[in-house]
Amino acid sequence: MSTMQKFVGWIDERFPLTSNWKTHLSEYYAPKNFNFWYFFGSLALLVLVIQIVTGIFLTMNYKPDATLAFASVEYIMNDVEWGWLIRYMHSTGASMFFVVVYLHMFRGLMYGSYRKPRELIWVFGMMIYLALMAEAFMGYLLPWGQMSFWGAQVIISLFGAIPVIGDALSLWIRGDFVVSDATLNRFFAFHVIALPLVLVGLVAAHIIALHEVGSNNPEGIEIKKHKDPVTHIPLDGIPFHPYYSVKDIMGVVVFLMVFSAIVFFAPEMGGWFLEPDNFIPANPFKTPEHIVPLWYFTPFYAILRAVPDKLMGVVGMGAGVMIMFFLPWLDRSKVKSIRYRGTLYKSILTLFIISFIGLGYLGTQAPTPTYTMMARIFSVIYFSFFIFMPWYTKIDKTKPVPERIPE
Amino acid sequence: MSNQQVDRSKRRFLVAATTAMGGVAGVAVLTPFVMSMLPSERAKAAGAPVEVDISKVESGMLLAIEWQGKPVWIVNRTKDMLATLPKNDAKMSDPKSEQPQQPTYCQNENRSIKPAYLVVVGICTHLGCSPTFRPELAPADLGPDWDGGWFCPCHGSRYDLAARVYKNVPAPLNMQVPPHKYLTETRILVGEDAKGA
Repeated sequence: MSTMQKFVGWIDERFPLTSNWKTHLSEYYAPKNFNFWYFFGSLALLVLVIQIVTGIFLTMNYKPDATLAFASVEYIMNDVEWGWLIRYMHSTGASMFFVVVYLHMFRGLMYGSYRKPRELIWVFGMMIYLALMAEAFMGYLLPWGQMSFWGAQVIISLFGAIPVIGDALSLWIRGDFVVSDATLNRFFAFHVIALPLVLVGLVAAHIIALHEVGSNNPEGIEIKKHKDPVTHIPLDGIPFHPYYSVKDIMGVVVFLMVFSAIVFFAPEMGGWFLEPDNFIPANPFKTPEHIVPLWYFTPFYAILRAVPDKLMGVVGMGAGVMIMFFLPWLDRSKVKSIRYRGTLYKSILTLFIISFIGLGYLGTQAPTPTYTMMARIFSVIYFSFFIFMPWYTKIDKTKPVPERIPE
Repeated sequence: MSNQQVDRSKRRFLVAATTAMGGVAGVAVLTPFVMSMLPSERAKAAGAPVEVDISKVESGMLLAIEWQGKPVWIVNRTKDMLATLPKNDAKMSDPKSEQPQQPTYCQNENRSIKPAYLVVVGICTHLGCSPTFRPELAPADLGPDWDGGWFCPCHGSRYDLAARVYKNVPAPLNMQVPPHKYLTETRILVGEDAKGA
């Protein structure tokens, strides 16, 4: 026995190192037919790490104080060695987090990865999405620019629409009568410690649940139904490590090329990743001419604006996010993957995606009567996708699903 | 180990009682943390009244001041501006200012103590943006019926020159008139009612 083996043996008697390595990597059997869409889970994990690491270094120079915050960000950009790089990595990482998470969610939607027995993976995933939205929103206040301030003002006022407790609740969230230093300071606390802890915990739960039931795949076929009679290894499975670890590293390489290109050549992404108004210090007396949240919130923001009533608008916006939690129980199709679904489902899913992107675009534009009407139509389609799902997935003509993953 | 039978109902009772007491303690410990997020004494004290000299506000102009961290506008409305108010009553959501968005002494057609001088908190009642003052008549972007007022850039809410909200816009209420009083002909105090008012 080599020294290394002895050392690992010493650890294994005290900590389940080898057994964990096996359970989650070298003997975690994933379906052999993963495709392009399966990169985004591991990429989301990568972006989480990027955000945490760059975030730690940003807090070394950032000042969570209304009189100092804006200038401290400028200081990071201009005077701190490599500060601009760390800050741009963090701001680009925020948007890229949502890019990979939206693609990851779309993958789940296409292949029915939320269906039994993976309901909890979806629910944990939705909780991650929710925590991520809170994390992004609170982080956006920290630079204390015009958009930071007015974005926070609008979003916190949303809570004020809740009957009876609304005003007291928004006062409690702000800690002052207006968005102020107290608000900035507590958002800093939530952004740098509370929510990251929640996120990491939820990611762990997401992965533990996944490794308990096993991964879905583009065919939507359960590989655990056909196991080798002797080894009990799924016949259509391959060990995650080295097969998918290597595949994911290739995804990481391509992702980092795109990521670096943005960081170095277009960190503001033409105003999509960093809004021009946020380079102006917060001014509580002047709302910017055109106030929009960052792109990843705009679909829900468009729903809010589409409803001509304050409370119902807020309810619609909240419902737009929350309804996704129920997806596993709304889908009544006999098959999981889009590959075996009928034309009906495919058409409705296409309409849904068009509506979601359409809402996202409209949310970035100034409201005109035509745009408001379009936002209303898209909102109706958005909600219909979920509300009528139990019905249309049932009558949809599906194709027979093979027992084994086809070659 | 004793051979005595376990009294299960007693055990269940003790477990439930301990859990309940632990829960009470948990909630009690939570209270100071939740309360610590309320506005501090310092934040509450910052809401002191503000004195303003209104003699410099020329006819048709707007002066913005700060009160409780919020923008407060003082507008010196012209005769023509005031004349637009009654004729637009039908387009207003709350033309008679019946909602409690102003002190009773400002619950009138002009929503002010002196007809000319409107004092109003410049925050949209929809989601808290600060609307833009658009006193001009019928600008291209606001349409031919525009008689002057405020337009909120966030979600398109409209207000007239008495800060009354139009119908069919996201904002539900007229903008708030803060408590205020005249100290002299040209000085007002924002944040405090006149005695006996």
